Amino acid sequence: MYQAMTSLGYAAESGYKGRIRLEGDPKGASVLVLGAGLAGLAAALELRQAGYKVTVLEFNNRAGGRNWSLRGGDSYTELGGATQKCEFDAGLYLNPGPWRIPYHHNGLLDYCRRLGVTLEPFQQLNHNAYLHSAKAFGGQPRRIREIKTDFQGHTSELLAKVVQKGQLDELVTKEDREVLLESLRWWGVLDRNYAYKAGLITSEFRGYERDPGGGLGAEPVAGEVIGLSDILQSRLWRGLSSFAAYEFQTTMFQPVGGMGRIGEAFTREVGDLITYNARVTRIAQGEKSVTVTYQDTTAPGATHQVSADWCVCTIPLSILSQIDVQVGDPMLAAIAAVPYASSVKIGLQFKRRFWEEDEQIFGGISYTDLPIRQISYPSNDFNTTGKGVLLGCYTWNGANSYELTSMSPQQRIERALDCGMQIHPQYRREFETGISVAWHRSPFTLGCAGDWTEDARRQHYDNLCQIDGRIVLAGEHASYIPAWQEGAILSALDAIGRLHKRVVQG
Amino acid sequence: MRLVVFLTAASLPIAGAVAAEPILSPGFRFSEQTGEALYSNACQACHMGNGEGATGAGQYPALARNPKLETAAYPTYVVLKGQKAMPAAGRLMTDEQVAAVVNYVRTHFGNDYGPPTTAEQVKQAR
Repeated sequence: MYQAMTSLGYAAESGYKGRIRLEGDPKGASVLVLGAGLAGLAAALELRQAGYKVTVLEFNNRAGGRNWSLRGGDSYTELGGATQKCEFDAGLYLNPGPWRIPYHHNGLLDYCRRLGVTLEPFQQLNHNAYLHSAKAFGGQPRRIREIKTDFQGHTSELLAKVVQKGQLDELVTKEDREVLLESLRWWGVLDRNYAYKAGLITSEFRGYERDPGGGLGAEPVAGEVIGLSDILQSRLWRGLSSFAAYEFQTTMFQPVGGMGRIGEAFTREVGDLITYNARVTRIAQGEKSVTVTYQDTTAPGATHQVSADWCVCTIPLSILSQIDVQVGDPMLAAIAAVPYASSVKIGLQFKRRFWEEDEQIFGGISYTDLPIRQISYPSNDFNTTGKGVLLGCYTWNGANSYELTSMSPQQRIERALDCGMQIHPQYRREFETGISVAWHRSPFTLGCAGDWTEDARRQHYDNLCQIDGRIVLAGEHASYIPAWQEGAILSALDAIGRLHKRVVQG
Repeated sequence: MRLVVFLTAASLPIAGAVAAEPILSPGFRFSEQTGEALYSNACQACHMGNGEGATGAGQYPALARNPKLETAAYPTYVVLKGQKAMPAAGRLMTDEQVAAVVNYVRTHFGNDYGPPTTAEQVKQAR
């Protein structure tokens, strides 16, 4: 079976086994799905198609959960009461949650195909974006291509010297030593003496002081290379690994129009099943059914109950751990075992795309040791004269993430501008409007994503994923790909597959 | 230049009500040293400016007038180890910082509990 799917193109890097087949008659069984994020939406869609009676309860007044884009006209109220109105121009958006899709997240990509969500490339690596440290090169950013080429060149030269001195003779055979030297020349762009030097040859990789042109006076000029010690001490090499990781390798994707297009597409399919503004307060189960108590947040005071034969609960553990859930102690312990990560994202709209016009940066990410950590340039509408929205901050845990969360939305934007100015002096002149989402202040998640430790996983992960009576959990927190949408999808498909088996087997 | 419009629900205190200046630490760990600075730049993210907590789909418990703060051992444990979804923020603090912030919440927001804990006691609990 697996081989057949592999040959059909479902070589399942993420564990996706192709479109789920829920064969067998559920005989009118009903399922209550809690949460209309991607896990809940996928579960609802598949279970209804398999013949179940499906009801979905959602806390927000929209579906999608963390699959979400903030666009002009939207407003967002965070915990603490601050409301931000998004004033972006038409077509511009911030993805506060997930914002990129690896090519090997086959489950999510398959739903995009099935639901007609158009994708475009997401630029993760742009050699012309920056690596920046406030403490190196006088605070001036360096192009990624310069750091990458020079770092590779210097380390190749060092290794070549060691080989030539015979210091690797015990580790590498004579035949391999010759090839190793040859490969270092290629990899490090070394000259015939195995030296890494400024010149037009290295410029073909690291870029020029003056690019080759046409006509008179068009001769290229090579730039100086950056010294090894300067690169090492700058720590800018740390930024290079951000592009090398499997989950960030080419090709990455984003939906045209914002990540929220996926949740919107699901909602077109199953929106009629969803009750919005439902705050779940109790999940009880008996021999024959599950009963969920919830409040309508638009009409506080009154409580409602809804019952079903089975329950797929995708409520984040940050919230589920506070709800009275009638499951066994092992699952209760698992629900209480996962801290939620801190993360802050800030979207900034500028009058013009100065990163493209002035600095030839088309998409990609600049990394910095400033509190904003990164600046991501839009991967769409390249080379147009309109406005643009930058991701002006993306923190993940660490003190700065808590500190930015503690600020008012206005203070966050001010700090993001202060930091960004150090990389792009155009910031203050071109800035128009911004919006921030600090995930620990998100009313519907109380955090960004499940932050499993290896210990907690060993102790609790299987207990979290087991079916407990008539209740099964799903979501990114019930996956080995936390904080990625693929984790939510795969966990939902696995959960409903096991649930369905139990139902049809009686 | 158009400005972002910030509205605040009239019935709720504005985030950032604590007086301490917002700080952005230069490294991965908290650089704030006093209890007040640590509270207003770390704890305030969830427990809010006056220790009032917050309610959405779930809750951040109020620290204001909270009898669970009567003994220092409990808040020390929670800051060091985390609890449920709360991360172990104390891993980003020294023993002195944890003691300072624990003592701060136990003597502010309508709490008046003693005696203060010490860095040595935090070290034992870590």
